[in-house]
Amino acid sequence: MTAPSEQKSPAPVEEVTLTIDGVEVSVPKGTLVIRAAERVGIEIPRFCDHPLLKPAGACRQCLVEVSAPDREGNVRPMPKPQTSCTLEATPGMQVSTQNTSPVAEKAQRGQIEFLLVNHPLDCPVCDKGGECPLQNQALDHGSNTSRFTGVKRTFPKPIKISSQIMLDRDRCILCQRCTRFQDEIAGDPFIDLQGRGGGTPGYEVHGLHAQQIGRFDEAILDYVGGETVTDDDSVGPMGEPALVSATAGNAGTVGPAAVDASGRPFASYFSGNTIQICPVGALTSASYRFRSRPFDLVSSPAIAEHDACGAAIRVDHRRGVVLRRLAGDDPAVNEEWITDKDRFAFPWQSAPDVLTSPLVRDEETGELVPTSWSEAVHLAAQLLTGATGGVGALPGGRLTVEDAYAWSKFARVVLGTNDIDFRARAHSAEESDFLAHRVAGASMDVTYGDLERSPQVLLVGLEPEEEAGTIFLRLRKGVLAGRVKVATIAPMATRGSTKMRAEVLPVVPGGETEVLTALAAGDSEHTQYAALAEALRGEGAVILAGERLGMVPGGYTALLKLVEATGARLAWVPRRAGDRGAVEVGLLPGLLPGGRPTAEAQARVDVAAVWGVDELPATPGRDHTEILAAAADGTLGALLVGGIDLEDLPDPALAERALAGVGSVVQLEVRRSAVTEHADVVLPVVPPTGKSGTFLNWESRPRPFETVLEGPGMSDAKVLDMVAEAAGTDLGTRTVTDTYAELAEFPGWDGPRHEAPAVEAAPTPELGAGRAVLATWRLMLDAGRGQDGEPHLAGTAHRPVAMLSAATATGIGLQAGGNVVLSTDTGRLELPAVLAAMPDGVVWVPQHSVGSSVYRSLGVGAGAVVALAPADSEVQS
Amino acid sequence: MADKRGRKAGSSSSPAPAKKSSQEVGAKGDFDVDGDLDKNAIEEFFAPVAGFGVTMASLFSPVVTEQYPFEKKPTAPRYHGRHQLNRYADGLEKCIGCELCAWACPADAIYVEAGNNTPEAQYSPGERYGKVYQINYLRCIFCGLCIEACPTRALTMTNEYELAGQTRAEMIFEKDELLAPLRSGMLAAPHPMVEGTNDDDYYRNEVDGPTPTQVDWVRERRPEDPTLDAAEAAARTRAEQGGER
Repeated sequence: MTAPSEQKSPAPVEEVTLTIDGVEVSVPKGTLVIRAAERVGIEIPRFCDHPLLKPAGACRQCLVEVSAPDREGNVRPMPKPQTSCTLEATPGMQVSTQNTSPVAEKAQRGQIEFLLVNHPLDCPVCDKGGECPLQNQALDHGSNTSRFTGVKRTFPKPIKISSQIMLDRDRCILCQRCTRFQDEIAGDPFIDLQGRGGGTPGYEVHGLHAQQIGRFDEAILDYVGGETVTDDDSVGPMGEPALVSATAGNAGTVGPAAVDASGRPFASYFSGNTIQICPVGALTSASYRFRSRPFDLVSSPAIAEHDACGAAIRVDHRRGVVLRRLAGDDPAVNEEWITDKDRFAFPWQSAPDVLTSPLVRDEETGELVPTSWSEAVHLAAQLLTGATGGVGALPGGRLTVEDAYAWSKFARVVLGTNDIDFRARAHSAEESDFLAHRVAGASMDVTYGDLERSPQVLLVGLEPEEEAGTIFLRLRKGVLAGRVKVATIAPMATRGSTKMRAEVLPVVPGGETEVLTALAAGDSEHTQYAALAEALRGEGAVILAGERLGMVPGGYTALLKLVEATGARLAWVPRRAGDRGAVEVGLLPGLLPGGRPTAEAQARVDVAAVWGVDELPATPGRDHTEILAAAADGTLGALLVGGIDLEDLPDPALAERALAGVGSVVQLEVRRSAVTEHADVVLPVVPPTGKSGTFLNWESRPRPFETVLEGPGMSDAKVLDMVAEAAGTDLGTRTVTDTYAELAEFPGWDGPRHEAPAVEAAPTPELGAGRAVLATWRLMLDAGRGQDGEPHLAGTAHRPVAMLSAATATGIGLQAGGNVVLSTDTGRLELPAVLAAMPDGVVWVPQHSVGSSVYRSLGVGAGAVVALAPADSEVQS
Repeated sequence: MADKRGRKAGSSSSPAPAKKSSQEVGAKGDFDVDGDLDKNAIEEFFAPVAGFGVTMASLFSPVVTEQYPFEKKPTAPRYHGRHQLNRYADGLEKCIGCELCAWACPADAIYVEAGNNTPEAQYSPGERYGKVYQINYLRCIFCGLCIEACPTRALTMTNEYELAGQTRAEMIFEKDELLAPLRSGMLAAPHPMVEGTNDDDYYRNEVDGPTPTQVDWVRERRPEDPTLDAAEAAARTRAEQGGER
């Protein structure tokens, strides 16, 4: 893997030398004693300490005996043992840990005994049992017996603090890792410490609440008027139903914008991390509750497939079934955090509709029937090579680099066409020009480490919290450390941008071009942008452009001009895991692998030489929508379709017409989908757990992963290789090794690149009365097929709402708390209205949440004008 | 026991002199392996029929043959036979699906999957129960480490040793085959815990049978349940005898 630039230390750091257990060690100034001890291989027990969180000294487990020089230089012992997780190393300090000091050893032993006084020791029932720091350290550093003979303090349990996260207050040792993570890292402090003191034994409450973690909930805290809400999907130790925390009635007033799909105040997109860092079993997840033991599980490292961040994960599986996913530890990418989507949204890979055998359409009945691989592959080859008018290839954006390469080569060599486009989403010709000009073939430039240190980051067409969670966490880390300033060009300040303390440059969708142009000009005409324009010209400034900028006419054109004018570094952030890799291997109509433009004769010769063919098709290809249009009107004879969901497409109806009207459809899919209904041959491929490969993340950092679950299934590359073989061509992509070897044969491309896009900005739309410009993007947790089969996760999604400014609402006569209806010629969409500070004449709705599918209902995307009206019906609860 | 002792005495006495003589012979030379060089004339005369002496003596010794399939003998009380998943007195299962038995098993013969109790389906006291429980008797070595590991005394061993089957699959015993039969007066799970108790009370054996509330709960949901009548009778008797439990 390429060594990221963040490994370099910017300036020599002052070192201090101290002695730990008689071992001398030099550490950078500011290092905590507990870390200094780790450097010399001395492990001090700890619970609350976490290297990525601020010191807390909450659990008191890491007590050590310390002596330090006084003003005269005489080494004097501190009167009491000190917590090594909060103590900075100073020169000449002498630390004695439990290994050498009876005092430290006794202090730690006593502390474990204290922690266990109220701990229920229900390890056989607890999900953490077997991988529990408290269990392990109690065995290593604790006494065999306890002197406590009283009644332990107990609370009603479990509490479902969201539909996914369950809390057991009995087990909690109040280390505050969870609350500190949510506060310091994620920025969603949905849980916090409440109460004070040790409480009362048993279940009795005498009006004094023991110190405990939780959400504010009147019923759970026994306040008068609290309404107890229970959930019948699990029970506590008395067989009583689980408590539901912080329901809307008990958690104070929250508006509809802040409510999740289960009706609670929205928790966090990163709440799953609290489960992983909990050193006891106090926080567990509903989806993994009681499902297995750590010693059952085989852990395999993998890469998260839901976004373009390339987060390292750990997949835990038993007997061929994935039971959970945890965050991997990759300091260069995701540190130790992942999003809840990466953590919990894996059941789609083993959903009941996963295809296991090839299907072909029976000529007589018209039904899809299972068949043998050889028959299906030969039929597919026959349909694709025999199609009159050519074949269009729609691979989708979730492929590994190896699979995408196979698709790219298959289209050019077997199908003889450039009609291939991975963008199963809204797209434009300007976007493909931009990708070919700027992104394809470019090596890693902006990294996560740069984001954490860049003095000015500008986001355009990107909502990191929703679309790239790891970027959000890194930016927030930099912002909180005072190193980074974030500015975002967006229609409103979202939760995510607020948490990043971002400067919002409010725009009406479509107006991004204008702002980018003004920033590029940096002149006195646009005084409101002067400071930002100046900052972007400073060293280390970074611009992150999301894929949504492609829907803004002139957006990428203006972006490239801004980059040229300011010298800021640019990174393109797509939403899907396979997008960056797809650009790299040429899954675009005008692009060949390695950033070679199809139009360049030399580029075609280069690629033809590697592929061992005489020539490559030179005719420019069609893009995604053009392919579908050509298939619908009969110009194309067949479609080769990969993993695409019609709901993601800007015009699902066109796609349905195309699939129904085209001569034949060959599908490569993991699960049955809407495309399957129209397919003549369905070739099953494996999800990421079933294959090895590489994702390129947005940084262009290769994220290789190995097969997690071995099985008979095949990757896209292997299936395409078989189809090519049946068509009489050797594709050479049978194994990942073969594919990699061939990819390495491509020399670097130093020929002319694709020309930069030059598109004029669209004129500002004229808004009549009762009309508004649509702003929309996808939320992290929505109605996507990748989250199927995980109801607990779905409950933590934002409840879909429409956002508009107060003036816009008044303009259409919308009552407070009412629903708003968006309509176009295609259809309508009704959502609860929420007032927000945003430009007038703009309405924001989630693009594809449950009950709000913009493309399907309205037939238009961001930047279009829609009619707005208050809903006729009365206020709905 | 007499048989055993007799057999033991016989078998332990005979090798000793032979061993001794072979040692002596060993001193003389390595060729005389059965020690017949130092026999006197009379011994040599009777040597061909001496073996019958053992036969004759055996005719009058007690018979040790067991008429096994026709006459079954009780095993030693602590014999390690087939496992059993026990129940509490009110019929709830003791197994909480903690998998410690599977962890302890040196032969990897046990497979457990736990489940989440719900108010409508409470199989064991507390939050967790054993949803899937399998013991593969082709692997089990009857060492009993699983029994030692069990934190709730749910898993014990019976004295049943007749474990044979026609297929491999048949030798994997499922939970329904391992669960202890419901004794008269027990109420078939699932049903709620005894009112006002928690899982600790169950562990401490403070529950001595079903209560009328539990019986009513089951009657409402599973009126056909065969354990209902006996459980109701037991519950009523205990209620009449007074005392909450």
